[in-house]
Amino acid sequence: MTDTVNATNTHTADDERPLLQIKDLRVGFKTQEGDVTAVDGVNLTLYRGQSLAIVGESGSGKSTTAHAIINLLPGSGRILGGQILLDGQDLAQASKKEMESVRGRKIGFVPQDPMSNLNPVWSIGFQVEEAIRANGIATGRKEVKKRAVEVLKQAGLHDADRRLKQFPHQFSGGMRQRVLIGMGLAADPQLLIADEPTSALDVTVQRVILDHLESLTRELGTTLLFITHDLGLAAERAEQLVVMYKGKIVESGPSRQILENPQHPYTQRLVAAAPSLASRRIQSTGSVHAAEQSMGEDAGAVAGDAIDLIATAEARAEIVEAAASKPPAIVVEHLTKVFKIRGAGDFKAVDDVSFQIPKGTTTALVGESGSGKSTVAKMLLKLENATSGKIIVGGKDLASVTGSELFELRSRMQPVFQDPYGSLNPLRNIGNTIAEPLMTHNYGTRATRRERVFELLDQVSLPRTLAGRYPNELSGGQRQRIAIARALALKPEILVLDEAVSALDVLVQAQILRLLADLQAELDLTYLFITHDLAVVRVIADQVCVMQKGKIVEAATTDEVFDRPREQYTKDLLAAIPGANLKLGA
Amino acid sequence: MTGYILRRLLQAIPVLLGTTFLIYFMVFAMPGDPIVALFGDKTPPPQVIERLRAEYNLDKPFIVQYLIFLGNIFQGNLGTSFSGQPVSDILAQTFPVTLRLALLAVFFEMVAGIAIGLVSGLRKGSIFDASALVVSLILISLPIFVVAFVAQYVFGIQLGWFRTTVSAGAPIQDLILPAIVLATVSFAQIVRLTRASVIDTDGQDFVRTAASKGLSRTRIVPVHILRNSLIPVVTYLAVDFGVLMVGATVTEGIFNVPGVGRTLYQAIIRGEGPTVVSFVTVMVLIYLVVNLLVDLLYAVLDPRIRYAK
Amino acid sequence: MPSSRTRPDQQHYVAPIEETPLVAIDSVKAEGKPTNLWTDAWRDLRKRPMFWISAALIVFVVIVALFPGWFTQTPPNNDCQLANSNGGPTEGHPLGFTKQGCDIYSRIIHGTSTSLSVGLIVTFLVAVLGIAFGAFAGFYGGWIDSVLSRIGDIFFSIPYILAAVVIMSVLSAYRNVWVISLAIGLFAWPATARVLRAEILRVKNSDFVMAATALGVSRFRILLRHVLPNSIAPVIVITTISLASAIVAEATLSFLGVGLPSTTMSWGNDISQAQTDLRTAPQTLILPSIALSVTVLSFIMLGEVVRDALDPKARARR
Repeated sequence: MTDTVNATNTHTADDERPLLQIKDLRVGFKTQEGDVTAVDGVNLTLYRGQSLAIVGESGSGKSTTAHAIINLLPGSGRILGGQILLDGQDLAQASKKEMESVRGRKIGFVPQDPMSNLNPVWSIGFQVEEAIRANGIATGRKEVKKRAVEVLKQAGLHDADRRLKQFPHQFSGGMRQRVLIGMGLAADPQLLIADEPTSALDVTVQRVILDHLESLTRELGTTLLFITHDLGLAAERAEQLVVMYKGKIVESGPSRQILENPQHPYTQRLVAAAPSLASRRIQSTGSVHAAEQSMGEDAGAVAGDAIDLIATAEARAEIVEAAASKPPAIVVEHLTKVFKIRGAGDFKAVDDVSFQIPKGTTTALVGESGSGKSTVAKMLLKLENATSGKIIVGGKDLASVTGSELFELRSRMQPVFQDPYGSLNPLRNIGNTIAEPLMTHNYGTRATRRERVFELLDQVSLPRTLAGRYPNELSGGQRQRIAIARALALKPEILVLDEAVSALDVLVQAQILRLLADLQAELDLTYLFITHDLAVVRVIADQVCVMQKGKIVEAATTDEVFDRPREQYTKDLLAAIPGANLKLGA
Repeated sequence: MTGYILRRLLQAIPVLLGTTFLIYFMVFAMPGDPIVALFGDKTPPPQVIERLRAEYNLDKPFIVQYLIFLGNIFQGNLGTSFSGQPVSDILAQTFPVTLRLALLAVFFEMVAGIAIGLVSGLRKGSIFDASALVVSLILISLPIFVVAFVAQYVFGIQLGWFRTTVSAGAPIQDLILPAIVLATVSFAQIVRLTRASVIDTDGQDFVRTAASKGLSRTRIVPVHILRNSLIPVVTYLAVDFGVLMVGATVTEGIFNVPGVGRTLYQAIIRGEGPTVVSFVTVMVLIYLVVNLLVDLLYAVLDPRIRYAK
Repeated sequence: MPSSRTRPDQQHYVAPIEETPLVAIDSVKAEGKPTNLWTDAWRDLRKRPMFWISAALIVFVVIVALFPGWFTQTPPNNDCQLANSNGGPTEGHPLGFTKQGCDIYSRIIHGTSTSLSVGLIVTFLVAVLGIAFGAFAGFYGGWIDSVLSRIGDIFFSIPYILAAVVIMSVLSAYRNVWVISLAIGLFAWPATARVLRAEILRVKNSDFVMAATALGVSRFRILLRHVLPNSIAPVIVITTISLASAIVAEATLSFLGVGLPSTTMSWGNDISQAQTDLRTAPQTLILPSIALSVTVLSFIMLGEVVRDALDPKARARR
């Protein structure tokens, strides 16, 4: 470990020299369409002991920049120009051997997905010991094993001795990420690069891991470079912020300053569209109206077609008031689903769940993985049969409806699923995909169906010419619009949105949320919105049901759940929304 | 793990019964007199026909015949050949030779195949890779008897490096050429399979993470890339065994190796139906056992199966 | 402890808007003709020389099989004079003579249709059985899957050439192209069934299948219109390769003496008859071997190149 006595003396000199300095970095890839420049002239300066976050959407070049620093670009990626100076040494010019000694020892790396980043056939102990040996921290079997146990303990894993012999698939996601963090810091590197270290984890686990990362790096004095798509998270956890867009830096500087006074139109877009910031702002100002006003003062004009989430929430408030007196569109009573697992007995995925959704409103079902929320959705759509309980839609109990009655009932409830790349048949063109509901339910003639398809494309703001094209030519957001159009084809009353925006970039997500809000107002739709992201809930839902391990833990209006949460789990979920320490608008 | 083994064993039983039933059915449930049909255009002496008829219990109902047949197999009674020698004796004599040949072939195909496939996959797009792909494609297309004759002619007759046929006792050096011939097609498949597997593994996240820990490429290739790429290759071994069995029949016949394959080859050529049936049954049983062993080996290689949660 | 205060060169920086112009969020960028998996694959195939080589060879082989008369006037079985045994090339007989004194070139030309016929019949059988078993087992699951998969396992456990040997040993009175094809095909389908079943298992849990179910589309229609088209790609590859394997199987059976009768033109028969004279007249064996190998190679090349064109991982990189 570092020698603290000498360190204080040398640190003053080191203080003035940046640890990491990137000058005019350019990185390119060879693709079938030609050469693509993913990173185009990036400049970045980082001093010892600081923390810096690079924020951007997918395609911004943030991950590519991080990978370029340790020269682990995937596939055909190459550094085209510029310098990457680590303590004066230019890594862009370093040889393979030099890079091998820099990695692990001087720069540690924590990757995004804990499952795919650990070799499944070797034990955890093997992989940790590998890192220790390769960086010369310890030699000899006993020493190496001792150090490995230390690393795991530091990672927060108890009974580290036993854990060493286990395999990655026997660990939970959070535990695996801790191991990866431990491995990254095992050699006590000066710089730690963390590439979206928590986006593959459950929401409550995210905060714990981030806190753990923060305390570890502070203890060791490690400089932290952070990649994320969440602006709120970046501002909360990092002192310096760099915003990237299409391979270039559009804004950089102290994170608080940028958040309170974003100047580049792109940053302003991000600020307006980030659910975590929107939700925090509403909480700290007390109401949606007050939040919208404070946005006006702080953020300045929001560019062109940007989506202001708070404005979306504001527009909803009126609908909610009107809906209070309407009858319920869906009534769920004591719904239970038990799965029989071969060799492991019964598994209660859904346990005595009851709730109601008034017509024309949005109810959010919130929970982490394994909470049972998706199973509830599937039962509502009759994709799974309930073990017991009632689901009453349009006055009829779904359990007892069969045959042609069920067929007719299906046209009243339609789903939109999470994965935009899996929800459209890749071999059918867009027009046929949207028309399939119409054909299945014998709607009109070919001509009238065509008209309806065009009508729907208009409704979701997509050009009519797309009807002859295929899903592979569209982006994720556009595919979700098609999925929404298909869901609306038969003029249903209810839409079940199962994590419908979770896989989308933040700006596109805001657009889709706006679209959904507009459609709800226009067509008097009822939404069951399933998500793990409470921040989004704040902006789009009227009522919230919090689910944990198959049960509903708390259910109330959005305002109540956010202002006066009763259960500890709900409080944990609320605390997990990034940006807790930011003061917005107050 | 024990659950996995038990389940595989349980699955194997109906397959075993079904397969032996099928073979028996193919031979003895067809229209016409099976004994005469088994001998094709050749007519054996009437005593042989009588003996075989009694042996195969053709007067009894089909199911009983089958059960007796099954019972006999498991007791090691495999009937007698045309010349009167018990088939089980023939098997005992010839099996060790074929085992040597097969092991030699597997050794060649694995060592050479994996090595070339690995280099090919790591240097994707290079001249080595392109050549490996072309050569392996051509080798896959060559029927085994073509390879055998070409090898026999070129290396045995023209160049004189090897004997064209194997001498009595089948010493190892005589088996080298037949083993290489036997291994040829499988070698080509293993090269392609290893290459594809290596390319796939090299692109995986954990390989990049291993590099980010500071590991050198010389460590990453064997420990992370090769080790993970072996799993599909091992799975292929099970199917490969079937290919080897057929190949051995032809190869041993051409090179005159005194093994199981040659006996089968000669029995086929001479039209000795009953011997053919017995031999094929035993080979299929061994094939099933090998499949089971490969499944177990797969579990050893992949901890996700060994320690299922 | 090092100070983490903001340094002078880390002040609030905003990039000039001309250098970093904003694009409309999520605008539609679809130009040119509509493309999907099949059109992309075809475009990829067209660029590969190996595709054109194998296609040309296959077309050539098919023409030879259909119209042998265009290539040789010599009838393959007449005019066999023992006096010409193993003779070299002469006027009108470009490749010389077999042991029986028949024209090698003519026999090779006429043997083409035999091999191709067996190949096609077997492939058809394998495709029909393989797709049926694989689709029902994979899609309907449950006990249907257990039963069908077990049946597949049983047939898979007997290597199909060995099984064909047994069958043809028994049915020695019925040695013709149809019976041989049946014998080979009857045990060769499980591999195709397994491939399709695995692919269907992957596809049937896709969201678009769930969406169709939620729409009320019947199970069978979902199988036909959503699941099968999206799982058929690997089957196309394996079917092409199985055509090659069938040709090899027929040749092997004929070589072992349980295939087609010696009166029928078959490359396997020719090779078998020529083996005793390997030392003295190797060309009688090598020439039909070349014909066989080239035909098989062309189908395998086609299978490989189609596999690369349909490979989803390669598509993702495009």
